[in-house]
Amino acid sequence: MIELLRQLGEKTRHSFAKLGRGSFFLMQIIMGTMDVLRRPALLSKQLYSIGVLSFFLISISGLFVGMVLGLQGYYILSNFGADEALGVMVATSLVRELGPVVGALLFAGRAGSALTAEIGLMKATEQLSGMEMMAIDPIKRIMTPRFLAGIISLPLLTALFSSVGVLGGHLVGVEMLGVDEGSYWAQMHAGLDVYDDILNGVIKSVVFGFVILWIALFEGYDAIPTSEGVSRATTRTVVNSAFAILGLDFILTALMFGDI
Amino acid sequence: MGNTVKQDTLVGLFVAIGIGSLFFMAMQISNFSGFSDEKSYTISAAFENSGGLKVKSPVVVGGVRVGRVIAITLDQKKFQSVVKMKIEAQYNQLPEDTTASIFTAGLLGEQYVSLEPGGMDDLLSDNSMIEITQSALVLEEIIGQFLFKDKDADSAKKE
Repeated sequence: MIELLRQLGEKTRHSFAKLGRGSFFLMQIIMGTMDVLRRPALLSKQLYSIGVLSFFLISISGLFVGMVLGLQGYYILSNFGADEALGVMVATSLVRELGPVVGALLFAGRAGSALTAEIGLMKATEQLSGMEMMAIDPIKRIMTPRFLAGIISLPLLTALFSSVGVLGGHLVGVEMLGVDEGSYWAQMHAGLDVYDDILNGVIKSVVFGFVILWIALFEGYDAIPTSEGVSRATTRTVVNSAFAILGLDFILTALMFGDI
Repeated sequence: MGNTVKQDTLVGLFVAIGIGSLFFMAMQISNFSGFSDEKSYTISAAFENSGGLKVKSPVVVGGVRVGRVIAITLDQKKFQSVVKMKIEAQYNQLPEDTTASIFTAGLLGEQYVSLEPGGMDDLLSDNSMIEITQSALVLEEIIGQFLFKDKDADSAKKE
């Protein structure tokens, strides 16, 4: 019994210690922002490996999600004779929820896990300590460019996801199922607001990008420097990011759309 | 060196497509109508009952949307609901004796304010008040009237 309590206390203490290290790490990353902006080449390289390489995954997924929404939405709405509302249904669900959330989940799986593995291996092969030996701050040189690139990439990828999704819904709804093209777009125009819907979706994706990058970079930085430790850290990144995205999504939705 | 150029090009392309889709969302998907906030004027109307009217409900004249409802408040003295509307500046030819009514689009559709222009020469200006209004139809009231009317008719028959 005493042993159980001791273990519980130790676990709690460890998780708080990790949160503390993580917060300090995040602060150091943010303090390095100015130095990175002076060397945009570092940022460009990371934008390539984080953003450009996720481009196809996100756009293809967006297309299919939009097409499925078009099919299912048509099936349900036509029961009520309201298939003109297909456009607004597809666009609202994509812009408000599915775009930011599914985009962020895919991004965490595609870019977040790769970042953790990369940094964990850098640590395991002592590249990070090597940099410190050469008086190069590994946080400014390695972490901050990745962090900024992720925060820039995810909103753009989310916008791409939602836009391609709306076009996918158009493809299925209008081209295949014969919903009127005019009402598909017109109801969408009437039903969505720039600030309420689109800006809030963008804010969501910025928050998700921030959290995913924080988790991914910190898990890599904090990984036990063995092959098993890196593999566990990679798993934790994907699992914890998914939890964080879904939990935060609920909170953000309640804050943004609670009063409508 | 060539590799860096190719990479930069791809990054540039990615950012351009991303910003392009943000614009697509703002322009094509939503009702972004430019910076129309500055070019508009506000009028208000007091209704006995504003029904299911909401902030952002459309204001139409003859079926054309000319503005939006921006606030619905209660006048504590007369117990009327005061509906503030923002009208786009290009529609500045509404006469002073315009009447405002609350209608419903379709059986279950959203409610909107319909303005019917009168014949006076004076025009509505900023912060002016519409005097003649017609409240929203509340279904329960109509059914109530219908039932009571029937009862009266029945009792009249018996007499």
